[in-house]
Amino acid sequence: MGIRFILMVNKQGQTRLAQYYEWLTLEERRALEGEIVRKCLARTEQQCSFVEHRNYKIVYRRYASLFFLVGVDNDENELAILEFIHLLVETMDRHFGNVCELDIMFHLEKAHFMLEEMVMNGCVVETSKSNILAPIQLMDKTS
Amino acid sequence: MALSGMRGLSVFISDIRNCPNKDQERLRVDKELGNIRTRFKNEKGLTPYEKKKYVWKMLYIYMLGYDVDFGHMEAVSLISAPKYPEKQVGYIVTSSLLNENHDFLRLAINTVRNDIIGRNETFQCLALTMVGNIGGREFAESLAADVQKLLISSSCRPLVRKKAALCLLRLYRKNPDVVNIDGWVDRMAQLLDERDIGVLTSSMSLLVALVSNNHEAYWSCLPKCVKVLERLARNQDIPQEYTYYGIPSPWLQVKAMRALQYFPTIEDPNCRRSLFEVLQRILMGTDVVKNVNKNNAAHAVLFEALALVMHLDAEKEMMSQCVALLGKFIAVREPNIRYLGLENMTRMLMVTDVQDSIKRHQAQIITSLKDPDISIRRRALDLLYGMCDISNAKDIVEELLQYLSTADFAMREELSLKAAILAEKFAPDLSWYVDVILQLIDKAGDFVSDDIWFRVVQFVTNNEDLQPYAAAKAREYLDKPAIHETMVKVSAYLLGEFSHLLARRPGCSPKEIFIIIHEKLPTVSTSTIPILLSTYAKILMHTQPPDPELQNQIWAIFNKYESCIDAEIQQRAVEYFALSRKGAAVMDILAEMPKFPERQSALIKKAEVAEVDSADQSAIKLRAQQQTSNALVVTDQHSANGPPPTVPAVGPLTLVKVPSTSGNAEHTSEGQALTQPNGTLTKIDPQTPSEDLLGDLLGPLAIEGPPGAAVQPQQNAVSEVGGVPSAVDGAAIVPVGEYSNSVQPIGNINERFYALCLKDSGVLYEDPYIQIGIKAEWRAQHGHLVLFLGNKNTSPLDSVQALVLPPAHLKMELSLVPETIPPRAQVQCPLEVLNLRPSRDVAVLDFSYKFGECEASPSSSSEQISSAYISVCRRVLSSMEISFRPPLKLQEVVRGVRPLPLAEMANLFNSFRLMICPGLDPNPNNLVASTTFYSESTRAMLCLIRIETDPADRTQLRMTVASGDPMLTFELKEFMKEQLVSIPTAPHGPTAPPTPPVAQVAQPTSPVKALTDPGAMLAAEWSFEDFGLVTRKKSVNGSFLVLVMDGQSLASFRPNNKAEPNK
Repeated sequence: MGIRFILMVNKQGQTRLAQYYEWLTLEERRALEGEIVRKCLARTEQQCSFVEHRNYKIVYRRYASLFFLVGVDNDENELAILEFIHLLVETMDRHFGNVCELDIMFHLEKAHFMLEEMVMNGCVVETSKSNILAPIQLMDKTS
Repeated sequence: MALSGMRGLSVFISDIRNCPNKDQERLRVDKELGNIRTRFKNEKGLTPYEKKKYVWKMLYIYMLGYDVDFGHMEAVSLISAPKYPEKQVGYIVTSSLLNENHDFLRLAINTVRNDIIGRNETFQCLALTMVGNIGGREFAESLAADVQKLLISSSCRPLVRKKAALCLLRLYRKNPDVVNIDGWVDRMAQLLDERDIGVLTSSMSLLVALVSNNHEAYWSCLPKCVKVLERLARNQDIPQEYTYYGIPSPWLQVKAMRALQYFPTIEDPNCRRSLFEVLQRILMGTDVVKNVNKNNAAHAVLFEALALVMHLDAEKEMMSQCVALLGKFIAVREPNIRYLGLENMTRMLMVTDVQDSIKRHQAQIITSLKDPDISIRRRALDLLYGMCDISNAKDIVEELLQYLSTADFAMREELSLKAAILAEKFAPDLSWYVDVILQLIDKAGDFVSDDIWFRVVQFVTNNEDLQPYAAAKAREYLDKPAIHETMVKVSAYLLGEFSHLLARRPGCSPKEIFIIIHEKLPTVSTSTIPILLSTYAKILMHTQPPDPELQNQIWAIFNKYESCIDAEIQQRAVEYFALSRKGAAVMDILAEMPKFPERQSALIKKAEVAEVDSADQSAIKLRAQQQTSNALVVTDQHSANGPPPTVPAVGPLTLVKVPSTSGNAEHTSEGQALTQPNGTLTKIDPQTPSEDLLGDLLGPLAIEGPPGAAVQPQQNAVSEVGGVPSAVDGAAIVPVGEYSNSVQPIGNINERFYALCLKDSGVLYEDPYIQIGIKAEWRAQHGHLVLFLGNKNTSPLDSVQALVLPPAHLKMELSLVPETIPPRAQVQCPLEVLNLRPSRDVAVLDFSYKFGECEASPSSSSEQISSAYISVCRRVLSSMEISFRPPLKLQEVVRGVRPLPLAEMANLFNSFRLMICPGLDPNPNNLVASTTFYSESTRAMLCLIRIETDPADRTQLRMTVASGDPMLTFELKEFMKEQLVSIPTAPHGPTAPPTPPVAQVAQPTSPVKALTDPGAMLAAEWSFEDFGLVTRKKSVNGSFLVLVMDGQSLASFRPNNKAEPNK
């Protein structure tokens, strides 16, 4: 399976984007987001980027006010996921130009499109930024 | 930028953002939901743009955590919109809002299919992505073929094919049948020739899923993976877009190495060489660099390479290189690397024999246990737990205990559980174990589950030497001002049972003990009070001569609790009060608790359960499994090489795919082939089961010759053993008996075996290196046996394998036997037995181990589990109105019986738990015995045996056996006959001369004869009158009740045990 979910959460713990690759009910999602956000946001810079939660792991990375949290299976390569987060951020940067929380908030659909190009069914599907952004650029051009 | 966005959506989002609190937010959301609902009601007025906008709002609201229980239809309907923007929203929102079983999805299946097979590749991508994310079984069945076509189509562009690969992965997981392995293998291999990195990345994920289920089928993909890896490692033909901080797609590198970990080994030497070149380059060439991202990406690859090296069991040098690297990692400042270093070291423990080099880093690991980061502390704890063995248990457990007082609450429970398990598993002596657990309770009482203190009580109760020590320790803890309630429980219990052993020590008189325990009573909860009451009752009983003052005090307490609202406390108070007035009889009732049956530690069970992970079967687990199968093959190689060469502990294993059973079959047949002068330790079941009853596993030998031939006098055994392989399949394995330097068993295995038929515990087998003891407990048809494997030496025994081959009538489950027995340690392996039906076959224990570096001495030994013995259980039994007819009752005149005084015969019967009922037969030359036989098929079944002896000729007797089951009757009769015809040299017959081996040869023929001798099976009507019982037992109402006591202890009579026929 690999990636179970990707969350973007701000410093206040508000979810800015949530994409799940396994079905959870709304209550389960709420509980899970609450628990892991509490766990991860309390950590300091000196601590590692991996948090064990239930029977899986959270790999997370902080960019200014925004946390990127990725839930992965226990045997997933943690550093590869950590850099995958950075790749996602770089891709957003390329599109939005110095991406910030508001970009993701107000262009939820675009953030979704990008994720959709990068991850599918919990697996990495594309890592080339220009390939990821191609459909979005196409759409921007046509509209 | 993004001006095409939806204004309404932006307004709504900023409204939400401006909400000062959650209530306001909810109001705003509710308002919006109401709005959307009304708009959706008259759908006709909606433009596609509006529809799209509302659907996005729904998704946003859903993401905020509010339930959106309408509008799903609208989202799904957008899928069939003709234009891309609407269609896209339809697909994305549908896959976020709905789960795979949603009814609406079914409605969309046709539209989705049309998009997939259509010409528009952007539509294809959308459809494939949605199916890949939420497609269920139905999608799998209707779309798999189309998706496969797209994936291999040469006219499709990579952007479609990469999605098709992951879509197929989803469909395959939903229904593995959609991928036809035969047809797909070649295509999968072709896919790996792909140049496009995107397609390769997703194809590699697909491969991992396929290979993890069936690596054999995808063998041909292995070299291709290596090629991909080489291409990346050499940076050949990798577009700039796919290099990440100068590293060619680290994700694909990781995936490719992951796929390789699902293949058990790499046989092709060229392939292996090129892979190792790549790995070596990664191991050596990864340096720490300034740029965080580059550093991370490089280390992601490095850690995966480490995992692959471990999996491949590379050459010694490379392995030690890995350990060295990991040792470096766990000491660096970078927390991520430290974490991963510890994690991978733990994995390394699991798969390879590098414990010793890991132990060198123990100090560093203990430092990590105090790291400020809980993630790292957890890893360190796991690693310490994994690397703990008898040599370092004391250090590690004490370190854990010390850490316990400062550890954060999130970790205390895990810590205390692990410390308790390690203390139990590796205790150098039991007093240390008691110390550890008491400290544990003292320091972290809240986190010490009941299981932990129950276990201490079990140990102390079962080990007399330990009792005074434990009691004294418990007494010490009671002096502390504030102690945890669990400590009150355990010390009260221990002192109640054993404080009289301390009586002479200062401060340990019954009165003082009582006072100090009673001080704690006001502080404890109702669940502890009953334990205290029992303790008081026991103290009272142990106070001899009675101390009237103490007595009055305790009676006053009992009196006080007689009206307690808690039923348990009340009952105990009332009963103890009444009992303690009974005087001397109390001594029996309140006597020390009997020993507990040996059982698997509840803690270890608990830990095992906790480890169950719901995730897919991961590579690491598969690796672990493969590792064990390797071990099996190693042993076989030893045997094939005759006198074992110097085999390094971890040899380069060329994995021969010998199914593990073939190795076992060999042992089995040896197990049949009686003994060995040179230590093969095989041994025949002395009762020689009649051939029709032989289990499948025991087959080969039965074919080899007449049943009698199998049993040879010991002197001839060599040739017999040598002849065995012909009966085994052509696995080219020379029996272990060929060893020239094998070990000699100590003592006669046969005798040990016979002795064990008559008692519940004893030594089953012993040689200079190992002693195998056995202890059995029976409760109805369930048996709980424990094998005690004791290493008698100062170096560990490796490659320990134990396999129980049960006959058809027994269901046996041997818990995991550790691969290594530490020096001078004893390992307990519980063995659960369920008796299914009557039979006399015995189980065989196939046991082997390796001692030291050079000496492999597999041995096997058969283990007696005589079914009659098993099943016959001492118990009060009752029966009624049974009239036995032919198959249920058998009578036979047995000749050639070993002459034996009647009293001794009675003894023998009793030791088989066939309880002699004296006085039931008026004739003093006859014996009547009864028992209850338990098995799954018969349940509890009464069996009666009568032996009529002839005082003039003690070598013959008439035996009558009856029970409610014909098979049982027959088996029991045969069993008894065997026992009587040749009474083994058992401790019971001190006067009997040792039985010469020849005597056994005659044995197997008797059952055969019995089978064919119809005259032996007399068909006479038979009822209890035959036993002369009725006259004594006839009850008033005409039905009669036979109550046969077990002849031993009336005291063990317990009303709830009695199956009273209420007729």
